[in-house]
Amino acid sequence: MNKSLHLYFVRCCLIICCLTTFSKVLHAQTDADGQMIPKNFFCGVVMYDHSSWNNYWEGTFKRNNLNIGTLTANTYSVMGNYGISNKLDFLFTVPYITTNASGGTLAGQKGFQDLNISLKWHPYQTKIGKGAFGLYAVAAASTPTSNYEPNFLPVSIGLHSTTASLRVLANYQTGRFFVAGAGQYIYRSNITIDADAYYTTREIYSNRVYMPDVTNFLFSTGYRSVHFNAEAIISQTTTHGGFDIRKNDMPFPSNEMNMTTAGVLFKYSFDAVAGLELTAGGNRVLDGRNVGQSTDFFGGVLYLFDFSKNNKK
Amino acid sequence: MKKNLYYITGLLGLTVLVFLGSCKKSVIDRTALYPALAPSNIDLNADTWKPVLITDASIFNVPAPDAVTSPAYVADLNEIKAYQSNLTDDQKAIIKYWSAGAVLRWNEILRGLVAKHNLPPYQNEDGTYPAPSSTNPFAYPQFPFSNPPYAARAYAYVSAAQYDALIAAYHFKKMYNRAAPYNIAGIQALIPKSALASYPGEDAVVAGATVEIMKLLFPTEIAYIQQKASEEMQYRMMAGANVRGELNAGQSLGSQVADVFAARARTDNAGKAIGTQAVWTQLQVQTAARGETYWISLESPSRPPMLPLFGKVIPFLFDTAAVKTLRPGPPNLTNSAAFKQEVAEVLSYSKNYTREHQAQVEFWADGAGTYTPPGHWNAIAATEFVQQNYSEVRWARNLALLNMAEMDAAICCWDTKYFYFNQRPTQANPAIKTLTGIPNFPSYTSGHSNFSGAASTILTYLLPDRGTKFTDFANQAAMSRLYGAIHFRSDCEAGLVTGNKVGQYAIARAKTDGAGN
Repeated sequence: MNKSLHLYFVRCCLIICCLTTFSKVLHAQTDADGQMIPKNFFCGVVMYDHSSWNNYWEGTFKRNNLNIGTLTANTYSVMGNYGISNKLDFLFTVPYITTNASGGTLAGQKGFQDLNISLKWHPYQTKIGKGAFGLYAVAAASTPTSNYEPNFLPVSIGLHSTTASLRVLANYQTGRFFVAGAGQYIYRSNITIDADAYYTTREIYSNRVYMPDVTNFLFSTGYRSVHFNAEAIISQTTTHGGFDIRKNDMPFPSNEMNMTTAGVLFKYSFDAVAGLELTAGGNRVLDGRNVGQSTDFFGGVLYLFDFSKNNKK
Repeated sequence: MKKNLYYITGLLGLTVLVFLGSCKKSVIDRTALYPALAPSNIDLNADTWKPVLITDASIFNVPAPDAVTSPAYVADLNEIKAYQSNLTDDQKAIIKYWSAGAVLRWNEILRGLVAKHNLPPYQNEDGTYPAPSSTNPFAYPQFPFSNPPYAARAYAYVSAAQYDALIAAYHFKKMYNRAAPYNIAGIQALIPKSALASYPGEDAVVAGATVEIMKLLFPTEIAYIQQKASEEMQYRMMAGANVRGELNAGQSLGSQVADVFAARARTDNAGKAIGTQAVWTQLQVQTAARGETYWISLESPSRPPMLPLFGKVIPFLFDTAAVKTLRPGPPNLTNSAAFKQEVAEVLSYSKNYTREHQAQVEFWADGAGTYTPPGHWNAIAATEFVQQNYSEVRWARNLALLNMAEMDAAICCWDTKYFYFNQRPTQANPAIKTLTGIPNFPSYTSGHSNFSGAASTILTYLLPDRGTKFTDFANQAAMSRLYGAIHFRSDCEAGLVTGNKVGQYAIARAKTDGAGN
């Protein structure tokens, strides 16, 4: 394992941000950093995320609920990242989720959630001062892989919407210090529920539910070297439409789910074992609307495979 | 530089695609597609139909209409002409909405209000619960908490008041025999013409009755309801179907008839149904005295049982004594093998559910924040009635039959629940997790099953060509409670039987009310 491969390693980066709120507004953020994997390399990842909350917001009213107790979610994900070229990566994530409410009687749910695929493009790189400035664009899509029940919040494993999103990210690195900022627009398809009428702010006679679109803005900064990566991330997720949970009502898939989160992410790669990298981190919802105040911890193992011709020779 | 331009263009293109995709996402509400009501039969003899409460239509005050040659009538016609000469898109939308029918739209409005107010109160700091107060309705928790028994009663009073008001209206329509304004030159009919006399206006009668009874049932919503009523009156004028004088007379008549219903509602015992701490304790004591495990709330903090004295509310279709005779025999005794077997069955549904069961549970859940099971059956009935081209009075009659059956089913079911006061499956075995929320009242018998049994029985009588459609629905609704692991099988089966019996009372009434089938 030569040094350059270590460099690629760090590029094999996948941040999971599984915030079990009332749903996964954000599922795996596999694409929220300013790093690429080189051509014909493949990075395989297994991840585990544990998320829980006791308090949630009904609109802006923060409360607990003994009939929910602590809502936990465990997410087991398989992810991959393949370098189509040095400037274009293909990524995918498949999560399996289990939920449990420690209070009340609602049955926890489990199942495969949404397949997420994305193309990450690094079109522009330049030197500014002593550092390197890069622009990235990520086009992503997600769709449910199983027929799970979205209208059984808060124990549902997801919202069952098909999404398409575009994220633009700028990254500036000088020495081993970097800063990055990104904005994302997530288009969400309407969903079908098993009820054929429901109340939002009025009674609607349909089994289709309008799902408002979502934006996400994040800022991250930290230390990035060949072996070690440590960063802090602040993120704001906003649903553009939807409605508040009424006092003492149950949540609904088209609620206006907003949240501000703060998190940390660490990655470490070994000299001794070629191609192996470990990652760990956590996130906390600082403020929210119609979401649980979740805290999550995650850990994962990454392994880099080299399919490039150069290496085979 | 040129290369950068390509990149930026590509990015912009992608962004535009994402945004364009976000445009076409409106959800189509099936009730918005209903056509304008064009009755196949105007039921001209409806003045001879048997009303629910009123005895003599002629006692109500409906003065003779303005002479067609009077300045007042001419002014009323000019008001219509002014509307019709300059209809805005919003006004056309109002015409389209209300033309589907007054009884239908008011039933939908009521369903929406039930869903809005069907939320259990949030607890106090000390873990007790506040109760809504009809004398201070705007304070939290607002009055009412329109839970299933409350909702069943509200649907019944509104439907029955509308029905009696329309019977009275037919009496005066025949007496004064005034032709609708759209028969006069210069006034267009923007909805299907009816041969029915237009004084007093039937839409106004329905609105007047509804506004008046709703002052009692949903006092915090009066402004909203009155705004809907004035929109409906405007619709009748814009459509060329009524002059203002016909609408004023109609609203007045509807209001007078509703007063008869309001007087009954004030003394039907519903106001006392919430009970007191002494009543709640007595329920435990008397159940324990029989050697049975008594019901306890599975909510945290523990919530007082929902409307324990609703079984004492005065029914519409039979007298209070009949409630006791309709009460089914006792549930399986706590220590019986049959009971243990039933607990085991529920546990197996809790642990081994299918996605199809989940869908059935959700479809029929009709829990907190919804229009309740009686509301669901109103929605089912309305979907069918729209296809029948009923007159307004037949719409009102059939919904009154349905909703009186639902209210009386609620009375019988609540009487049974609090007579036996028995536990939910999860109380018997906490390992039983549920696919929907557990309602905060005893298990035996299932409310859904009572409501569905009663509704399916009367609807099958009214629409025999639908075959077993409603019976199948009722069985699905009942079994959804077992699949959801919140009821024993016997709760559902006994509930359906009682519901069917209540439905038979509605059929007996329907056979003799003079309206035919």
